[in-house]
Amino acid sequence: MARVKEKAIRWTLAALAFSSLIFLVGIIIVLFKEGLPIFKAVRPGDFIFGKFWYPTYDPPEFGIFPLIMASMWVTLGALCVCVPLGVGSALYLNEIAGFKQRSLLKPAVEVLASIPSVVYGFFGMVVVAPFVQNLLKLDTGLCALTASIILGVMATPTVCSIAEDALNCVPNSFREASFAVGANRWQTLTQVVIPAAGSGISTAVILGISRAIGETMTVLMVAGGSAVIPKSFLDPVRPMTSAIAAEMGEAPVGGLHYHSLFAIALILFIVTFVFNIIAELVSRKFRIRLGQSG
Amino acid sequence: MKNGHITQKIGFSALFGCMLITMFFLGAIIYFTVVRGIGAISWGFLTQVPRSGMTEGGVAPAIVGTLYLTAGSILFALPLGLACAIYLCEYSPRGFFVNIIRMSINNLAGVPSVVFGLFGLAVFVKFMKFGISILSGSLTLGILVLPIIISATQEALMAVPHSLREASLALGASKWETIRKIVLPSALPGILTGVILSIGRVAGETAPILFTAATFYSRRYPDSVFSEVMALPYHIYALMTEGTHPEKQTAIAYGCALILMVLVLGVSAIAVYIRQRQRIQNA
Amino acid sequence: MPDNAKMKAEKVDFFYGPRHALKGIDLDICENRVTAIIGPSGCGKSTFIRLLNRMNELIPNTILKGKISLDGRDIFDPSVDPVEIRRRVGMVFQKPNPFPKSIFENIAYGLKVNGVSSRKIIEERVVKSLQEAALWHEIKDRINDNALKLSGGQQQRLCIARCLAVEPEVILFDEPCASLDPVSTQKIEELILQLKKDYTIAIVTHNMQQAARVSDYTGFFLLGELIEFDRTQRIFTAPSDKRTEDYVTGRFG
Repeated sequence: MARVKEKAIRWTLAALAFSSLIFLVGIIIVLFKEGLPIFKAVRPGDFIFGKFWYPTYDPPEFGIFPLIMASMWVTLGALCVCVPLGVGSALYLNEIAGFKQRSLLKPAVEVLASIPSVVYGFFGMVVVAPFVQNLLKLDTGLCALTASIILGVMATPTVCSIAEDALNCVPNSFREASFAVGANRWQTLTQVVIPAAGSGISTAVILGISRAIGETMTVLMVAGGSAVIPKSFLDPVRPMTSAIAAEMGEAPVGGLHYHSLFAIALILFIVTFVFNIIAELVSRKFRIRLGQSG
Repeated sequence: MKNGHITQKIGFSALFGCMLITMFFLGAIIYFTVVRGIGAISWGFLTQVPRSGMTEGGVAPAIVGTLYLTAGSILFALPLGLACAIYLCEYSPRGFFVNIIRMSINNLAGVPSVVFGLFGLAVFVKFMKFGISILSGSLTLGILVLPIIISATQEALMAVPHSLREASLALGASKWETIRKIVLPSALPGILTGVILSIGRVAGETAPILFTAATFYSRRYPDSVFSEVMALPYHIYALMTEGTHPEKQTAIAYGCALILMVLVLGVSAIAVYIRQRQRIQNA
Repeated sequence: MPDNAKMKAEKVDFFYGPRHALKGIDLDICENRVTAIIGPSGCGKSTFIRLLNRMNELIPNTILKGKISLDGRDIFDPSVDPVEIRRRVGMVFQKPNPFPKSIFENIAYGLKVNGVSSRKIIEERVVKSLQEAALWHEIKDRINDNALKLSGGQQQRLCIARCLAVEPEVILFDEPCASLDPVSTQKIEELILQLKKDYTIAIVTHNMQQAARVSDYTGFFLLGELIEFDRTQRIFTAPSDKRTEDYVTGRFG
């Protein structure tokens, strides 16, 4: 009797453990099922490389190239912010800061990570955008530059904490060996520690990219929302995520607009999926190289 | 030699600068939300319903809505997450299917939040016909935090010394008795930390509830799980992008942002406190 | 009176993945006797004793061949529940491992999972097993304190009491004194000699003097093989194998 109960519990747990897989597969199925119908009306090439996004015009045009470019510009801009800030902070925390500073700064970075994205977006709208507008004498501060800054700051804690983990994995014996041959701390850092933690730091950067591409609320609020191919960082843009978020509310269910937004989400999903896989592969290699398993 | 010293000074200053800028942004966000938000906060703001087309009155329904959505999503994700983590840690540490499950947890954690929103819209709102409701929103948010709860629980379970499991099994306790009476109680603080962090995450999420749960304007409180709700994060977004009185609405949005920050950061602080206390006890 | 085999290992082979950890072990554990298993570290002695209550099953990727029986019944037979075997064959581990609960709860735990629900019986058995484990007079005033507050030696005796409370027939000691001071070690050894009146005992130890002091039979393991098994007195005075003699006289290991 007791053994039957044990078995029942085991199988129940096993069944529930599959829930994550079911949800992931469910997401993939939904994206394909709701996204693919757009390609009956628009050829995939025209969809991805089409230069005009006028989903509600008559006749509508479904070219998401402006949205893709917007996502790329904003992500690239965010990288320029979050890589130096994130990796720099991680290096500072791990290699320079003393115990007291660390115990203060590390929680602070965690706080930065836990601020909701809508608050970042709000802060971007009411503080950063007017500042950028006045500084550069723009028509509007809601542009790719502002979005990049905010997005970069948002991704900084992600990059920082993963890079810090990587630095923690570098054995102290490496550092001691370098000091022993007379290198100073900076030389040790740049020539021994950073190369040793290199792929761990790249994992951090890749996950930062993934985070920035998928981020919705901040770009929805601060990127400006105009769906034309950006010519400079000062143009208002509409990245893929914000197109989905802004337009899904008005798109009639089952219409072409609706399907096209799911198709955008599908592309977004595939891109972030690929980045996450790459990050995982890189970090696995990193762990093997430093002689750790698991 | 002298040269090397100068390079080091410059390098270290640059790294310090990076840290400083990061902290500057943190300070700025907190400063602006607190200084400009505190003026909006009053007893009425916290307890009244909105009036005059969102330009006056309080945001009580949004606070209540956020609490409902958060509670609902944790209620859904916690049992699933616990079961999944227990299975992975205690029953089946390796094998083909387990690797697939691990992989899907990792990937689920990386899915953009707006994609969860679309999934919720297609499955819960339309297919299951729950409509735009607390139920749909909670389920969607629940899936979003599931990976967080699973990994926090896994970590907590792995921190329980193996010797305790052995001691229990050697006394003739069954596997499940050992898990329920020895392993889970020991892992509880860790699991709790994970749950609290998830609460903070869920309370601030906006994109997943855009099309599954949230409504801009509601003068009453939700009366069932099938009601639409106002929610703090969505309210901030809506105030800033819709409506007709930008100045008055921005002031209210500051108030909402402050409440949300206090909620989210307060909850994280509790988690950090529990973790810290646990560390001291273990040391 | 001839000694009665309570447990019997016959041609036992054991593998951790590709590693052949035990090779053709034949060994009897006799009723109301203390059987010591000695050998250098890594020789398979802990592995062997863990087979006797099926604790090896907690490690994945292991293979067992041969037969181990308890009162003549194969304990690895598919119809046998490992939980039942572990109720009858208790174990005390190398490192004291009390649960992070009160002293009382630690001992009551085994009773509860074995279906004892009467508060009165539980209280009686807790006191009785603490007395048996020679711990009662030291801690009777603080039975509700957290067990982790006890000293290492007290914790180990608590673990013994916890094991006694479920009234096993056989008790396995896996290097019970490895992490204890000499005074605590002596107390545990005295306890083992007391307990053999009522229980069958097997003890793994790397301490040869300990084996000589407490055991009736001794088996010497080397690299996964049982080199020699005999009455303790013979093993330490007139071993028949050269390798046993080298080990007990301290020439290696």
